[in-house]
Amino acid sequence: MNDDSRYAQVISLLQEIAPEVEPEELVRDQPLRRQVDLDSMDWLNFLIGLHRAFGVDIPESDYGRLVTLDDVVGYLRRKAG
Amino acid sequence: MIEFTLPALGADMEQGKLLEWKVKPGDAVARGQVVAVVDTSKAAVDVEIWQAGTVAELLVQPGETVPVGTVLARLRAPGEKVPEGPARRRISPAARQRAAALGVDAESLPGSGPEGAVTLADVERAGAEKPSPAPAPERMPDMRQAIGAAMSRSKREIPHYYLSEPIPMGRAQSWLDAFNAGRALPERLLMAVLPIKAVALALKRFPELNGFYRNGTFEAGSGIHVGVAIALRQGGLVAPALHDAADKPLPALMQALSDLVQRARSASLRSSELSDPTVTVTNLGEQGVESVFGVIYPPQVALVGFGRVSPQPWVEQGVVMPMPVMRATLSADHRVSDGHRGALFLAEVRERLQHPETL
Repeated sequence: MNDDSRYAQVISLLQEIAPEVEPEELVRDQPLRRQVDLDSMDWLNFLIGLHRAFGVDIPESDYGRLVTLDDVVGYLRRKAG
Repeated sequence: MIEFTLPALGADMEQGKLLEWKVKPGDAVARGQVVAVVDTSKAAVDVEIWQAGTVAELLVQPGETVPVGTVLARLRAPGEKVPEGPARRRISPAARQRAAALGVDAESLPGSGPEGAVTLADVERAGAEKPSPAPAPERMPDMRQAIGAAMSRSKREIPHYYLSEPIPMGRAQSWLDAFNAGRALPERLLMAVLPIKAVALALKRFPELNGFYRNGTFEAGSGIHVGVAIALRQGGLVAPALHDAADKPLPALMQALSDLVQRARSASLRSSELSDPTVTVTNLGEQGVESVFGVIYPPQVALVGFGRVSPQPWVEQGVVMPMPVMRATLSADHRVSDGHRGALFLAEVRERLQHPETL
């Protein structure tokens, strides 16, 4: 899987939780939760979506490394290959 | 005959639009079964029935908007015979509905239809003869207006008092970190469930904060059903019930909360979830505020608010240490409780959160 398809899949998971998200308006290197109104329940559901779609486990201690869309995609690239 | 009426699904609901019947005449229904879908100004709600029986007739058709309390259907109680003979007046469903709206007794009207049936025209005639009150102004089925109406009523009728208490969350945070560390994502808990459980447990000892103030008296809640304020993505909020929150272990409570949030946002709540909350909890800490002094949702008598958990200097046994602190607030109804009991309640919530393993 290449990064383009990772971005596409991550954004589509995000849209399941926040249907109002416009992909072209997301700035990839800016904090995601500042751009999209996600509370901790939304965030957990987003991570559960990533866990199911990419087969990665995301320990709570890694949450702090997943701030921007770039962070999320980079994390998935390293963990899911 | 059992009359199934449109329930009030919260203080801000005056009318509802029937979207769909889930049953038809002749169907047997069980207690708790979803029988209809009704659109309130907030959401489409699955409406449950609380008596078993057999559907005799459906009186309101999908698409009709009717006031709270309107008879939507009649059911025969278990064992009740199908009525026969001339005792029963023939009244068309439309006539019956119109009669209810006009406040006319359809049973007593002369009928001009076949076999003396009371028709819509008979009812209209009777209604025209009866001096009628001015029609209620048409209300926009708008969530903002509904919230405004409920909150205006609250501020007009409920003498609120407010208390605030900082709660050290170090133990709760460490316990939660350890609990989540060994678990896969779907089994993890959010911090939000701990305060909800602490409130529910504390309410067992403070029944005067759990229930309803109606018709000039307080009725203690029959259970502890915590209404959780959930912001909707399109704006506005709902506060449906986590039923029997004090009796649910944390993982079950987390599951129930997650399910409730999802269904609140996809507009598939059940009527009991909207009408049953005996208290409300609102958590605005995620938005970054330190504390929230909420407006009580009538006819409830208390609302507990939680702000963000943030590190602060804290003194324990004479030693200053950094401590994650969360501010809890109580808005309560002075007609039912006073600040002394309210303060003891918040102290109990704080104490419960110092022993997260017992929640």
